[in-house]
Amino acid sequence: MAQIELDGINRIFQLGDSQVHALCDVSLRIEAGEYVSVMGPSGSGKSTLLNLLGLLDRPNSGHYRLEGRDVTTLSADEQAAVRSARIGFVFQSFHLVPRLTAAENIALPLMLAGMPAHERTRRVAQALKDFGLEARAHHRPEELSGGQRQRVAIARATIMRPAMLLADEPTGNLDRATGQEVTALLEDLNAAGMTLIVVTHDPVMGERARRRVLMEDGAIRQDLRRGPEPA
Amino acid sequence: MSPADTLRFATRAALGYPLRTALMVLAMSIGVAAVVMLTALGDGARRYVVEEFSALGANLLIVLPGRTETGGVNPGSFVSSTPRDLTNDDAAALLRLPLVQRVAPLTVGNSEISVGGRLREVMVLGTTADYLGIRGFGVAGGQFLPREDFGRATAVAVIGETIRAELFGNENAIGRMIRLGDRRLRVIGIMGPAGRGLGMNSDELVLVPVATAQAMFNTNALFRIMVETRGREALGPAQRQVEDLLRARRDGELDFTVITQDAVLGTFDRILGALTLGVAGIAAISLAVAGILVMNVMLVAVTQRTGEIGLLKALGASTGAIRLAFLAEAGLLSLAGAVAGFALGHAGAWGIRLAFPALPAWPPDWAVAAAVGTALTTGLLFGVMPARRAAALDPVQALMKR
Repeated sequence: MAQIELDGINRIFQLGDSQVHALCDVSLRIEAGEYVSVMGPSGSGKSTLLNLLGLLDRPNSGHYRLEGRDVTTLSADEQAAVRSARIGFVFQSFHLVPRLTAAENIALPLMLAGMPAHERTRRVAQALKDFGLEARAHHRPEELSGGQRQRVAIARATIMRPAMLLADEPTGNLDRATGQEVTALLEDLNAAGMTLIVVTHDPVMGERARRRVLMEDGAIRQDLRRGPEPA
Repeated sequence: MSPADTLRFATRAALGYPLRTALMVLAMSIGVAAVVMLTALGDGARRYVVEEFSALGANLLIVLPGRTETGGVNPGSFVSSTPRDLTNDDAAALLRLPLVQRVAPLTVGNSEISVGGRLREVMVLGTTADYLGIRGFGVAGGQFLPREDFGRATAVAVIGETIRAELFGNENAIGRMIRLGDRRLRVIGIMGPAGRGLGMNSDELVLVPVATAQAMFNTNALFRIMVETRGREALGPAQRQVEDLLRARRDGELDFTVITQDAVLGTFDRILGALTLGVAGIAAISLAVAGILVMNVMLVAVTQRTGEIGLLKALGASTGAIRLAFLAEAGLLSLAGAVAGFALGHAGAWGIRLAFPALPAWPPDWAVAAAVGTALTTGLLFGVMPARRAAALDPVQALMKR
């Protein structure tokens, strides 16, 4: 059983009186611990695919089994619980809450999951240390550099120890050097066993992944693997 | 999300936009303060009047000349339109009624009092010996008016404490002669400090026998007759006896009015109570406006923080948690407004009391509770819609906003 199993997924958007087929009959299997890049031109449906994988969106038809469980039929709150426990998101624009400090931003998923405050502090302190953000714990996002912001965002995405990390153009707002830094960070997490799915425009970043999915017009055109399959 | 975390999150969110929050709290507090202050004013006026009349004593009937009637024309209207005066004889006749204990006829007027070249304007009250007991006043020195026939114009006077101090200073006043209008009277007593009542301050009065006052003001008429009944339960029957007697004495015509203190009190109580309720209602409108403002502010907050809401959803927040967070924020804003308004209103009421010491301008408890309660309810009620809107946002759409 693969970690992610998509079968015949269709996603249709209604724009005025015209229909846009964002995903056409997409079927995809991703094993736990894989490193997948999703590439393709704008409007090819790669962001829609990522939203679907992250349970932020629902398909019009087809089935999505996450770790053997059909999650397409879950209610919104059940899906929220799955997101909370199993899925981490990294966004192009970081999406940090501006009025909260780095530490508080990292603690958000724990707080939403209802973890008691003292345990939170311990986990957040560990995360700050792991991501080299100790000196920045009490700074607000506006006082952080782009790289630091994305590191806070990654720390937040992984604080719940999710099974998979979904990254939407994680280096899109960063310069090359910090971009590489962030990419390395994500790859380290993948090496530690976390499934990593990256949507990107950047061919350099896309090439790094062991598995490259190329999308066009809502369908998977190419699915290339390189090197040995992860165990 | 635990309740404590929800509250903390909402507080941080509210404090994240200080100007918006301050304006919101200000609007809410003005509403609450308006209710607290205006009801304090209204209730203060009510209590002031009640105290004035309570000072009269409980078993009291007051007879006044003339009759105010709201109603049609009756045959009597064509026969006579001027009411007959109340006279000393009427008062003396009332004293013979079985249920009547004491009677004090009253005549009032303004005159000049002078002693050894010092001169001032005073209010002169013509009455009899029983006035002291009926009103519950006391004499600080000397004696009160002598007990004598209502018709005797003895040349004596009892003066209030302020008058005594102004005219005699440290000298002994009792036994001295004063000039009151065109008459020379001997001071036989000084009124004790008794306070106010019905707009008269006994410290500034000169009391003389009723016939003396009538001669001075050249009239036979009485201003009022105060009748004390034998006990409180005798009030009703006594009122009927007084009416019957006086009607018989003036050819069956009811051209006078007998009022009880309770009736007067009750009327004033009702009028001023309604007034208080009215101003409270008007002030409550500002609370409703503040409630709408809460809604507006929260709707703006939802729009402003669309990205954040999307993020929270992506991080696994349930719709309930988001709804609760926004509702808590609205509640906190109203609570802060209510507390600030409560303090502001009490400060205002304190200011009123400072400016008008006679007015016991304390806001009634029900009004304070209603104001704070309404503020909280409106805040929460008007916060529901924005909170639901926030919770219902589509995460994908919300995340695309920055």
